[in-house]
Amino acid sequence: MVRQWFKSGSPWIWMTGGAVSISLISVLGLLAMIAWKGLSFFWPSEVVEMHLQGSVQKQTVIGEIYDRELVPKSRLEATGLDFSNHPGEYIERLLVKTGNREYVELDFRWILSTDIQSQSKPAQIAVFERTKNGNFYGYVERVIRDGQVVTDNPVEALEEMVERAVELNDEALDLQNGEIGHINYELERLRLKERAYQLDDELTPEIIADLEAQRAALREEYKVLEKTLFELRNGAKRDEVVVRDMRGEEVTLPLYQVLDFWFPNDMGFFAKVGHYMSQIGKFISDDPREANTEGGVFPAIFGTVFMVMLMAVIVTPFGVVAAIYLHEYAAKNAVTKMIRIAVINLAGVPSIVYGVFGLGFFVYMLGGSIDALFYPEASPSPVFGTPGVIWSALTLAILTLPVVIVSTEEGLSRIPSTVRHGSLALGATKAETLWRIIIPMASPAIMTGLILAVARAAGEVAPLMLVGVVKMAPTLPLDGNFPYIHLDRKFMHLGFHIYDVGFQSPNVEAARPLVYATAFLLVTVIIALNITAIGIRNHLREKFRALEN
Amino acid sequence: MTSNPQKPSFKTDRSRLFKDRFAQFGITSGGVMVLVALLLIFFYLLYVVQPIFESAKVEKRVDIALSAEKRYFALGVEEQTEIAYLLDNTGQVDFYQVKGDGAGELVSTLQTKLDGQITSFAKSAPFLGQYAYGLDNGQVQILKPNFVVTFPGNQRVMKPRLGYPLAGQQLLVDEQQQALKKFAFSHYEDKTAVVALTADKRVIFASFAAEENMFTGELEWQVTRTELPIDGRIDDLLISPDTTRTFVRSANQIYIFDTRFADDVKQFQLLAANEENANLVSMALLAGANSLMLANDNGEVSQWFEVNTDAGREFAKIRAFDSDKSKHMKVHSEFYRRTFFTTTEKGELGVYYTTSEAELWRGKVADQAIDAFAISPRANAALLLTGNQVSVFEIHNEHPEVTWSALWQEVWYEGYPEPAYTWQSTSASDDFESKFSLVPISFGTIKAAFYAMLFAVPIALSAAIYTAYFMSSELRRVVKPTVEIMEALPTVILGFLAGLWLAPLIESHLPAIVALLLLLPLAILGTALGWTKLPKAIRHLVPDGWHSILLIPVVLLVGWVSFAMSDVIEGWMFGGNVRQYLTNELGLTFDQRNSLVVGIAMGFAVIPTIFSIAEDAVFSVPRHLSNGSLALGATQWQTLVRVVLLTASPGIFSAVMMGLGRAVGETMIVLMATGNTPIMDWSIFQGMRTLAANIAVEMPESEVGSSHYRILFLAAFVLFIFTFVFNTMAEFVRQQLREKYSSM
Repeated sequence: MVRQWFKSGSPWIWMTGGAVSISLISVLGLLAMIAWKGLSFFWPSEVVEMHLQGSVQKQTVIGEIYDRELVPKSRLEATGLDFSNHPGEYIERLLVKTGNREYVELDFRWILSTDIQSQSKPAQIAVFERTKNGNFYGYVERVIRDGQVVTDNPVEALEEMVERAVELNDEALDLQNGEIGHINYELERLRLKERAYQLDDELTPEIIADLEAQRAALREEYKVLEKTLFELRNGAKRDEVVVRDMRGEEVTLPLYQVLDFWFPNDMGFFAKVGHYMSQIGKFISDDPREANTEGGVFPAIFGTVFMVMLMAVIVTPFGVVAAIYLHEYAAKNAVTKMIRIAVINLAGVPSIVYGVFGLGFFVYMLGGSIDALFYPEASPSPVFGTPGVIWSALTLAILTLPVVIVSTEEGLSRIPSTVRHGSLALGATKAETLWRIIIPMASPAIMTGLILAVARAAGEVAPLMLVGVVKMAPTLPLDGNFPYIHLDRKFMHLGFHIYDVGFQSPNVEAARPLVYATAFLLVTVIIALNITAIGIRNHLREKFRALEN
Repeated sequence: MTSNPQKPSFKTDRSRLFKDRFAQFGITSGGVMVLVALLLIFFYLLYVVQPIFESAKVEKRVDIALSAEKRYFALGVEEQTEIAYLLDNTGQVDFYQVKGDGAGELVSTLQTKLDGQITSFAKSAPFLGQYAYGLDNGQVQILKPNFVVTFPGNQRVMKPRLGYPLAGQQLLVDEQQQALKKFAFSHYEDKTAVVALTADKRVIFASFAAEENMFTGELEWQVTRTELPIDGRIDDLLISPDTTRTFVRSANQIYIFDTRFADDVKQFQLLAANEENANLVSMALLAGANSLMLANDNGEVSQWFEVNTDAGREFAKIRAFDSDKSKHMKVHSEFYRRTFFTTTEKGELGVYYTTSEAELWRGKVADQAIDAFAISPRANAALLLTGNQVSVFEIHNEHPEVTWSALWQEVWYEGYPEPAYTWQSTSASDDFESKFSLVPISFGTIKAAFYAMLFAVPIALSAAIYTAYFMSSELRRVVKPTVEIMEALPTVILGFLAGLWLAPLIESHLPAIVALLLLLPLAILGTALGWTKLPKAIRHLVPDGWHSILLIPVVLLVGWVSFAMSDVIEGWMFGGNVRQYLTNELGLTFDQRNSLVVGIAMGFAVIPTIFSIAEDAVFSVPRHLSNGSLALGATQWQTLVRVVLLTASPGIFSAVMMGLGRAVGETMIVLMATGNTPIMDWSIFQGMRTLAANIAVEMPESEVGSSHYRILFLAAFVLFIFTFVFNTMAEFVRQQLREKYSSM
């Protein structure tokens, strides 16, 4: 019976079916895992206070439980611990994030559940999010406003004071990046101008005097701003809070280092949801802190979007023209067929090869020539002869060109020839037919190609590592300084951010949730783009099928 | 106005025609330009790679006549190759302009401070740029010609000077103050040593240690002298720059002394180093001072360096080069690279590179004997002294270290016990011997692709077959895009998950992975068998072609069971720790980021590619073929294997090719999920370094135009060609298939 069953081939059908299940599980499981890990990071987890005794010294630990695992007793006993009076084969171990990085050796530590004498979740434990050294956990002891202890409703006062400090800090940062940054930028431009005159041998005393005057004016302006800046900073330093940490010691936290604080054990569900949303908002809109392991990813989002848009602007016209040429104008012969195959295959060439080409050809050759021709005054520091956002966009444009060409051509070939003939028969020229009939009809296909290209470009990292991406860009490629768009600047990228934070950062454990969150963001964008593209394509197919009948 | 009845005009408006022409011209030229731009990638890569395979060129720049009365010992040139200097037998140093309009002009003549009569002369290793006169009172004066560069009025002006590295103090080598007949010296960082042959035929090794006098601030020399026991005539003396080895050639014998410790000089080895039927004529140290080059009178130049043998470290002959037959051949080394030059009394010059075993250039450059030879610091010019004339040659030898054999064959590198395939491109020191073997990283690429395909092909093809042939069409409409969306997933995310989530998971749950591999097929078969036993009423609830949905809970359950059991199995079979078990019992090294992780992660990236193309191929097999087979009584499975798959096989082949192309060029996953060490080992528990990852790691740091840079371009070119050829093959097969289907 079983033999016959095997002979019928039915088990093999089941096996192939199993392969589908495995693929489905891995795809959906992967996406679900990224989503879960990425999104749960922002949820305010409860903070536990534990009293430990046993294999460690008697002590109190306050922190968030990050992970749990079971360890075989034998492995622990091998390290010289004694568990003879514990039943069972395994012992639970907890990974606890204790924060307070400057006061403890490790802000993540493993704790054996057998060591925990008692644990509780006191409502008074506060979490402080700080600009330096990560989170701080502890009990609020005293709130000090301008040297005076606040006795009247200290928590509310603290809230208001933190808000004030954050505002002042923001103002100071705006001033520093905005107006002071502008002055520095102008000073640098004056220096380059002077150097340019010098190189042309046109540096007359009048010009020198003029430049000097401009410089003096800028410096004067700077002095005023600097004063405001110091005032703001000093203002932010006014208040502080005294917190008792898990060692039982009182620690004074200056409020200018505090970004936010909350009492996780005292939050209701809706308070948690509110906190969750505000954390997500901060993640998307803030700058990264502490070597990218804390804070938000705004510059990376901005850099990715800016670069991809630049690339789209470059790739669309070229891709469409090439496709129209191949489909409408090129002779229908073996050569065209070969070219078409070659173009399709370029899509399969490893992206790193494009990166190498971009570095050699765009950055060193093209960029180097541009520098030699137009920016001799900046020498020896390169302007365009170094990796930058324009070269990244160009490299990715070449990389995604085949995608746009193939998709557009497919769209063109789906347009029934009757439509074309009709137009020509009515006396329209070929160009008019193209412009008025064909391209509008092919536009959804062009759109699909563009979306696919954008989706591919947004996820590529390897070539960007060679032609322009950096872990931390001090300025965005778009700002208020003339000429406003700085194509020569380096930029941050979500994909590279994942690589950098996940693999190059000193504290991988602390950064991991952030990487998951970034990964989730990137995956969402790319999958949304792809689904849109697929939707457009299907819609288009239906439409033209109707036309043919 | 004449009344002209309105006739319908079929003539098209001029401007419209013009626009049409214009559009045609614009689109054609634009389209051609784009295609040319894509072609450019190929040619640009080739253009960058091509110089490494060019051989060296030697071109004469200028001849300069010198005054006939002088006899010169040696010559040299500064970095810009503008001013050359010649040291004569009276201690005078003449500086000549050798570049530009003023070539041949005597710039200046400086006199060396000497206390005694000159009896001998020696020069240091080239990169130190020092020379020394040996005197009749047993003393040595070391000097170094150098240049002060100033920029008056934005013009570069170089003023020659004589520098004295020891502040003008002469070193007393022989306490008996005998004249020095021959000597060699080295003064490098805090090491100073001289080995000398005195007039009464003693060979003295003297090591000097400078100590600053606490009160006067003057340098005082602590000298340790040792007489070296050598019988017979002394031909050549050499000291390595770091003064750890001293070489004395006596006819065909080379005495090698270990002179690391000045107070404990001992003989290291005695080499009878001449070739068969030949005699040694000279010796020299290669840059880096690890290799000794010995010239024979039959024209063979042999390279020797220290190798670990059973008898300890010993100098051994590594390889030999054929040069011109000459009784007076001299060997000269470059500053930093392993290039060496041979000159003869007949005016012949040879250029060789040891690592790549390459003869780069050979020819006759003068009609008379070459008395002295110097290479410029950047190795782009050579100076030859012939009689009373200096000839300056431009040398174009940018990439001597790259030859086909150096890239793809085993090479015996300095200090290695045997020839090996090694990739080690950079190091902190200037005189590092670059090891550019592409074999280990190509091997890594193939290994990574192999494990990825091992994982991906069975799953992707089975899934494609089921989806295309058995699955119900409404389910297929959901499943296919779901799997295909994976193709768009950024590989950086897969790499990150592989490195930070999968690798630790596999490390701690290795038995679970093995169990999963074994249990999964069994569980699926079991479910299938169980399904046939179920009452028909239940079976008919589920429509045909939904097997895979039924199996999802089964797969999940098996996965959960495997992981839950992992620790139990580990404790029961492997003593609680698989890693230790692997290392201690089986002798396998286990890297956390290993091929298994890469195989799974990259396999995952490849599955959608293979799945999508293979599914298309199977799905588009004309239905009447399978219907015919079924009508003749074949089972579904028989029809699939004998008819459908056979017809679709070219398409499946093309799918696998496409998948392979992707696996070979994948960068981020390998970069993040392996340790990136270029090792050659098939072990599944060890990592690798691939061509693509190698480029990503090293490209940003490589110097533009260097051999390293060009070799990385070569790696990119290899990847380009490889994937292009594979993809073209796949595409071609697919097109053929499409035509075949349409004719069916």
